[in-house]
Amino acid sequence: MEIGTIERTIEGGGRISPEEGLTLLREADLLTMGELAGSVRKRLHPERIVTFIVDRNINYTNICVNKCKFCAFYREADSPEAYVLSNEEIYRKIEETIALGGTQILMQGGVHPDLGIDYFEELFSSIKSRFSIQVHSLSPSEITYVARKAKISIADALKRLKASGLDSIPGGGAEILVDRVREQVSPNKIRWRDWMEVMKEAHRLAMPTTATMMFGSLETREDIVQHLVRLRDLQDETRGFTAFIPWTYQPGNTELGGRSATAVEYLKVLALSRIMLDNFANIQASWVTQGAKIAQVALEFGANDFGSTMIEENVVAAAGISFRMTRQEIVNIIQDAGYIAAQRDTRYNILTKEK
Amino acid sequence: MISLDTIKEKVFSSQRLFREDGISLFRSFDLLTLGRMASHAAQRKSGDRVYFVQNMHINPTNICVNRCKFCAFSRSKGESGAYEMSIADILSRARSAEKGVRELHIVSGLHPDLPFTWYLDMLRTLKRETPHLHIKAFTAVEIDYLAKLAGLGVKETLISLREAGLGSLPGGGAEIFNPGVRNTLCAEKISGDRWLEVMETAHGIGLKSNATMLYGHIETVEDRVDHLLRLRELQDRTGGFQAFIPLSFHAQNTEITKSAYTTGFDDLKTLAVSRLLLDNFDHIKAYWVMLGEKITQVSLSFGVDDIDGTVVEERITKMAGGTTDGSMTRDDLVDLIKQAGRTPVERDTVYNTVRVWK
Repeated sequence: MEIGTIERTIEGGGRISPEEGLTLLREADLLTMGELAGSVRKRLHPERIVTFIVDRNINYTNICVNKCKFCAFYREADSPEAYVLSNEEIYRKIEETIALGGTQILMQGGVHPDLGIDYFEELFSSIKSRFSIQVHSLSPSEITYVARKAKISIADALKRLKASGLDSIPGGGAEILVDRVREQVSPNKIRWRDWMEVMKEAHRLAMPTTATMMFGSLETREDIVQHLVRLRDLQDETRGFTAFIPWTYQPGNTELGGRSATAVEYLKVLALSRIMLDNFANIQASWVTQGAKIAQVALEFGANDFGSTMIEENVVAAAGISFRMTRQEIVNIIQDAGYIAAQRDTRYNILTKEK
Repeated sequence: MISLDTIKEKVFSSQRLFREDGISLFRSFDLLTLGRMASHAAQRKSGDRVYFVQNMHINPTNICVNRCKFCAFSRSKGESGAYEMSIADILSRARSAEKGVRELHIVSGLHPDLPFTWYLDMLRTLKRETPHLHIKAFTAVEIDYLAKLAGLGVKETLISLREAGLGSLPGGGAEIFNPGVRNTLCAEKISGDRWLEVMETAHGIGLKSNATMLYGHIETVEDRVDHLLRLRELQDRTGGFQAFIPLSFHAQNTEITKSAYTTGFDDLKTLAVSRLLLDNFDHIKAYWVMLGEKITQVSLSFGVDDIDGTVVEERITKMAGGTTDGSMTRDDLVDLIKQAGRTPVERDTVYNTVRVWK
């Protein structure tokens, strides 16, 4: 397969096949990937705006039945470090978020064995009665767990959660959407079809979601392409994904150990995702796993969103990586790359453009 | 502003770039096009090869008579945190170098009391006891200082040091040549003219050296371009520079207040523009201790063909908030290069090939 032919397809606004995606990932050099991703990005976002959101990750518990091998965050229920946040603690964190101009909270566990759908219904409705904030919470793994625990369908669980105040769903837990890899890195977690089902049902209920990919562990390049194609297929059907966020496995303090993807691999995969996910409006750079420097460079490799200010982040930090960025640093870095920085909401509406 | 297309045409037809070209390149936001041009220039010099050396850094003292505002390393004698190594300490460090290490990189503060003979003794001792290690030591700033201690001219000083075992000079202390900026940053330090004069003298007696530029503090884009062009001018005359190494300013614990680190864009642009302007330098080096491993790897597509070395163990950047680990192993360096799709070449200090990884 000729790279030149693939380039012409992309530059002409066409869709590339899985085989063509794989060829790019294998053979194209870094700058070519950036240029191709840039051409797609420019077609979708000619306005040279890079967005970010002010939000906070609230990890209501670190107790988790999944015990994924790549995870440094979870604890056993009897561990001295295990916790479940009280509602008061959650409210306080939300107050702080709002005081800092935050518009969204991203609540994720731990899949706690004892927390059922009632707990989340009460929590979300109590949050909504107190605060005006977007509740972007519970990954498919948690939603599947509470549905099964309550012996109800995914659709019914989502309807109840939505009625109680859940607005949208983060795309975490996708890892690699290939069961062979999932069986190795997260044997207790839902399989790829389960993940997709939650997203499909959410989209049917008009709840927007994002999608993620964690790479750099045990997957092959074919798996990465497969992951992207599966997302692209569902997006063709539902149009419910707002953004795609690839990030790299962080091996510190994990059972899986080993090494992670290098910066060059990260940028190539990011670029490939921009190229292949032609029906996704937004691609996020991951400063949390890559640091500010590579996240800025990622803007030339297809990213048009800088993610969140992450007033609080615990999961990547548990793996020993603790990049921090203030809102002002994010704005500075976007502007230094020659873009207009703009704060957005969960649905990617622009709230304010920075001077 | 000169258009990037015009500059591109010059680059692809191997024409020399001028001041206005350099300024336009720095002002451009088209990072990938800069990368394309710089890669073309680097490819012409080194092909797919990316060089590294197994080396060890020794910083014998942080006691320094200068007070550069960008420096978090220097101390006065007797101040808390001040340290000095004896020749025996230095030798035992050198002896601790792992098998395969072939270069010592020795730079220091300007110590107020040690006599010139101490430096000769240090070199002689290292040369006698660890003869397999090439000694790359003393920035032009230190050479000027040693000449004063010795009461000799720069040339005679360099000849004495070479006789005692000095193999080549590192490129530090260049900072930014613009006198106004230099005065604000480091008033006590030798001028840019003097720095260049020391290097010219060294090259004149056959000593190779590197060259650096400290960027990301209070200098302008014009200052950077002028700095590069003065290096290019001298290189046209002597051919004695081996590599150019832009050094990204680290603000923590220094007297210069601004954002703590340079951006990824600025790092890559600076490397790329250096590659394009310094057409008579064989090598552009990304110093991973300052840039981080990630930007260093990406920089291989932005004109860089050298990533320094194993470095064990550097103190100067660390004092200013450097976040990289103290060292990378040879295998780490080889992996970093390979995973960027390039050919790792282990070299010695003067760029003889030690080993090529296929």
